[in-house]
Order: sequence, then structure tokens, then C-alpha cells
Amino acid sequence: MFLYNLRLALLSLKRDPVLTALMIGAVAIGIGMSTTTLAVFHSMSGNPIADKSDQLYAVQLDSWSPNQAYSDPNEPPTQVTYRDGQALMKAAKAKDQVLSFTSTLVLQSDKPDVKPDLVVARVTYHDFFNMFEVPFEYGGPWSQDQDQNAEQVVVLDQEYNQKLFGGANSVGKEVVLNNRRFRVVGVIKKWTPVPKFYDLENDQFGDPEDVFIPFNLLTSMQLHSNGNNSCWGPPPPDSSFESRLNSECVWLQFWAELPTAADRDDYHQFLDNYTQEQKKLGRFQRPLNNHLRDVEDWLKYNHVVSQDSKALVGLSFMFLAVCMLNTIGLILAKFLRRSGEIGLRRAVGASKMALFRQYLVETGVIGVSGGLLGVLLGWAGLIGVRHLLQDSDHIARLDWTMVGASLLIALASSMLAGLYPAWRVVRIPPAIYLKVQ
Amino acid sequence: MLSMQNISKIYRTDVVQTHALRDFNLEVKEGEFVAVMGPSGSGKTTFLNIAGMLESFDHGTYMLDGEDVSHLDDDGRSRIRNERIGFIFQSFNLIPDLNVHDNVDVPLRYRGFKSAERERRIQEALEVVGLASRMKHLPSQLSGGQQQRVAIARALAGEPRVLLADEPTGNLDSLMARQVLDLLEGINSKGTTIVMVTHDPELARRAHRSVHVLDGQVMDLKAVPDSGKRESTVKA
Repeated sequence: MFLYNLRLALLSLKRDPVLTALMIGAVAIGIGMSTTTLAVFHSMSGNPIADKSDQLYAVQLDSWSPNQAYSDPNEPPTQVTYRDGQALMKAAKAKDQVLSFTSTLVLQSDKPDVKPDLVVARVTYHDFFNMFEVPFEYGGPWSQDQDQNAEQVVVLDQEYNQKLFGGANSVGKEVVLNNRRFRVVGVIKKWTPVPKFYDLENDQFGDPEDVFIPFNLLTSMQLHSNGNNSCWGPPPPDSSFESRLNSECVWLQFWAELPTAADRDDYHQFLDNYTQEQKKLGRFQRPLNNHLRDVEDWLKYNHVVSQDSKALVGLSFMFLAVCMLNTIGLILAKFLRRSGEIGLRRAVGASKMALFRQYLVETGVIGVSGGLLGVLLGWAGLIGVRHLLQDSDHIARLDWTMVGASLLIALASSMLAGLYPAWRVVRIPPAIYLKVQ
Repeated sequence: MLSMQNISKIYRTDVVQTHALRDFNLEVKEGEFVAVMGPSGSGKTTFLNIAGMLESFDHGTYMLDGEDVSHLDDDGRSRIRNERIGFIFQSFNLIPDLNVHDNVDVPLRYRGFKSAERERRIQEALEVVGLASRMKHLPSQLSGGQQQRVAIARALAGEPRVLLADEPTGNLDSLMARQVLDLLEGINSKGTTIVMVTHDPELARRAHRSVHVLDGQVMDLKAVPDSGKRESTVKA
């Protein structure tokens, strides 16, 4: 019976092309608008490392000024100082831990046709790749020894491996970064965590870094951070690199992998103990206020999905509701125009429920058609968003989940819109329809 | 076959009540061809709608094919309409988008028949009305008489116990009207009970008996026992 109803629906839609176009158009505009905003919201609010997001914790130590909280109300800094970061790395109390920041380097190649280029580097430890599940195309991360020995090794992203080595396996080959020769140990596959959860200080929805190098090269290369660098207290005695490292400036991201709740509790206790020790040295003058936040909590805490985005999704759904209200009117007009057919079908034995199903199938066809057109409009809308907003390539995109969700929303909303007209027409006594035929 | 006892039907609005049928009594025997006549507003169509279970009534008892159908719910009424009653309307009531085959198929779809059974019944019904060769035609491609024959085929396809016809020749010229009536007589001769509402005394004369309705009541009967020959009996 469903196929029969589907055939009747298609015939009916063909009968009134203008009305059909209006109904499908109304659904499509509403769905297009909601698809655009929802796709952006979906990307923003996604969990980029769902399988272990409850095991990865951003570490917050309240090393800030005793006179004023880092942010209201009484929130600790979102990054750590060099001294604290190094101390936590040295203690190595977590299963894995990583300290990192981004810096800009000059990349040169031995190829004469490749011009020097500025690249964004993540300066980090070897655990970074394992902790954050970075996929490799060639080679792998550098080793713990290479970390300790501050060896000049590099992991390239796919794009720079293509640019420098034509996409071939470049492990063992060399590149020049800030006039130092680095040996390639790995090339990562296309990897785009959205949002870029491990560093929300720098371009939350941007690409990961171009190259990755060991953290311990920091001092010898005197690398500066690209990201947010917040300081309190008296200015350093001089402008030397050493003074900056010893300052109370927070500029490094610290993550710990803690597989169980007990590990988390133990680590929190360790952080509190560390803070108590530091207090004895005259640091950490604020009350204990350390935090461990897993990935989802971290994204929420940093307001990765802004209130504006949420409001926009709400508005777009209100717009969809207005479109569907218009569609209800159009569907009702269309159904009532077929009163003779309704009466006839009732007379020859169709129950109210059978007709109700028939008309719901018809509204479902309108919904799916409007949904498909709406997805195309949404896709066009996202292209517009990418042109209007910088660095929105990874959030203004349409994946299959969103296509499915949009079609489902279109189907559900159109069926909902069809409920009243279908209910209304099957309720009228058939004899009346037959008289007006 | 069809028995109505003391049927009353009142149409109500906020300000007025209209008695469409009052103490309406009628017996139609199996295999009869009964013409129902009466002036406009007398209650003929209301009677036919109640007989066809398209409308409910306020009082009385309606027995169809030995079953009391007075208090059936909507599903029950739909089932009876589908299985035991065939309708023929003055304006044919064909669905314009569907071809002849699919129009005849409409009641069979709600019967739950399998495809082969539906095809057999459609073929047979269209052969009876002489339109088996026009299956793929749309109603708009047929004459009025042909359209009414398609409507008759649609009514016949379900092999109903009773055919209810509301002015079946009202929209046809005399030649086509005669053809349709010949067809109805042929169907009746094979045992299908027919109740036909008409204004036309000529048509009524071809029925086994005529029932006159006035002010929502049966006024008199013309009865001829077997042969369709006409004889009047005053009842009221």
C-alpha cells in the first residue's frame, strides 16, 4: 500500500505544479536556512576525539595573581607557565602527558625551486601524537630519547610533504627550519580535529600545524609562542629569553592522559600537592584552585560554541517553523481541492486511517523533495559562509550526517505540517464531498 | 437484503432542525431492482447515503444482508461499503489522474487483494461494461457514457451484494442513458440487487418496483413480483 500511496502522491504533485513548487520551495528555504546554521553548529559542537575524550584532561593550575583572578568568577589560567609545565613533565605522573605551544619557523628546502616559506610549528613532546591519535602516512613520532636529547627531528603534515617531496615517503630526508637541518621522522595523514581542542588559544577551527618539532629545542632555538601570552606581577629583570622562561607568564598548553577516574583523582591530588610545595616557595598565593577538564568539558568551558551560534540555530528553526506554517496552509488548500476524490475513496471503502496514511505519504514526499532542495540551498549557504568568514573552512561544511539530519528534519517537519490538513480532510463526511463533485 | 425500520435523520444547525427522513421504512429483497423517486428535497439522497453507510442516522434500525449495521464504527462501515456495496453516481466520480484500469482498481486496493486477483477482477469488470480495450485511457479521453460505464465497472469489481445508483443517467443523453440502463438491467439479471434514485419516470418504469419518497417518508410502492412488469400498490 505504501508504494500505491507513493504513486498517488507523485500523481497529485504533478497535477498542481505551481502549488507543488510553492510547497517544496517553502520547505526548501526553511531547511536550507536551518541546514546552514546547523551544519556550522554541528561542526563547532562536535567532539573531535570521542573515543578517548573522557581520558584526556587539560590541566589548569591557579598560579595567577593573589589580587585578582585570571578570569571571573575565580577561574584559573587556561595555560601554564614554562616552569610549571616543565615540572609536571618531569614528574610524569600521568600515563602520558604533553606540553606544547605553536611557533612560526622559516622552512627551507634543498630543492632550488621551492622558495623559503613561513610555517606554523607545534613544539611538543613525542606523546602528543599517541595521545591525540594523530594518524601517520609515513614513519611515526620521534622517540622519548630524541625528546630528551633535543634532536633536530621533524614530523611534516601531508601538505608540506607534498610540497617538498612530491608526496613520497620522506622519512630520513632533511628539511631546513630556522637555518637548522631537521631529519624527517614522520609524515601525518590528513588530520583535522574540529574544534582544534588541544589548543583553543590559537584558531579554534583552523588547520593543525604544518610541522611538529621536539619541545626541548625551545631554548636552543629561542622559540617564541604565536599564541596568547598572559603575564602578571613585576616585569622581568631583563628581556632575555631566560627571564621570560622564569616569569609567571602563562603560554603553554598542558594535557594529561588519565584513563580512569582513580587516575584523575590521583593526578588532581598530585597537582594540589605540587601547588602546596610551590606556596612554600612563595608562588601560588591564591587558594587551591586547580582543575582537570576532559575534552568535552574543556570545549564547553572555553565557549567554543558561542551564544551567537546557538541563537542563530534557534532563529533558523523559528524561520523553518514559519515556512512550515505556510506549507500547512498550502497543503490544506491542496487537499481540500481534492474533496471529490476523498469522498469517492471513502465511499468505495477507504477507512479514515487509510486516507490519513495516503496524505501523510504525500506530505512526506513534499518534505523529502523540499529537504533535498534545502540541502542544496544549505550547501550554497555554507559556501557563502566560507567566503564571508575567515578560517571557517572546517566548520562551514556539510557532512553526510548533516545531510541525513536535514532530510530527517524536512521529513519530520513536513509530516507534522501535514497532520492537521490530513486530519481535517478525513473527518469531513464523505457524502458532502460526493455532492460537490 | 436491505431493511430499514423507522429510520430518522435530522440535520441540525444552530437555529434550525431539518427532518430529512422520519420513520422511514423500506425492505429491498435480494435480486430486486428498485427505483426510488421523489421531488428534490424529499430525502432520496439522504436515504441513499444512509443505505450506503456514508451517513449515520439518529433513530431506527438498518439491516444489510442480514446484519444489523446501525451502530458500526467507521472502520466497520468502510469494510461493509468496500465488500458489499457498489456506488454509481450521477457525475461518475472518476479520479481524473488515474486511467480506467486504476480507477476500477481503487476499491480493490482497500480490500487487500493480491495483484493477480485485482487484475482478474478489473479485466472481468471492464469486459462486462465493454471497455476492456480502454484500460489505459484517462477519463477525459472517454465520453460521458463510457465514463459512467467505467464507474459501473468500478462498482462491480468488488462483486458487491447491492448497487446503489444516484441518478446514474442524469448527466447522459438519451442514447447513452439507455445503454447504461441496459447494462444495469443485465447486472441485475445476474442477481445483484440494485437501488436506483431517479427523477425520471421512464427509468423508474424499467425497475421491478418504484418507491416514492416525500417529506422523508415512503409514500407508496409499485410492486411486480418477478418479471419486472409494473403494478401499483398504494401503501400510504
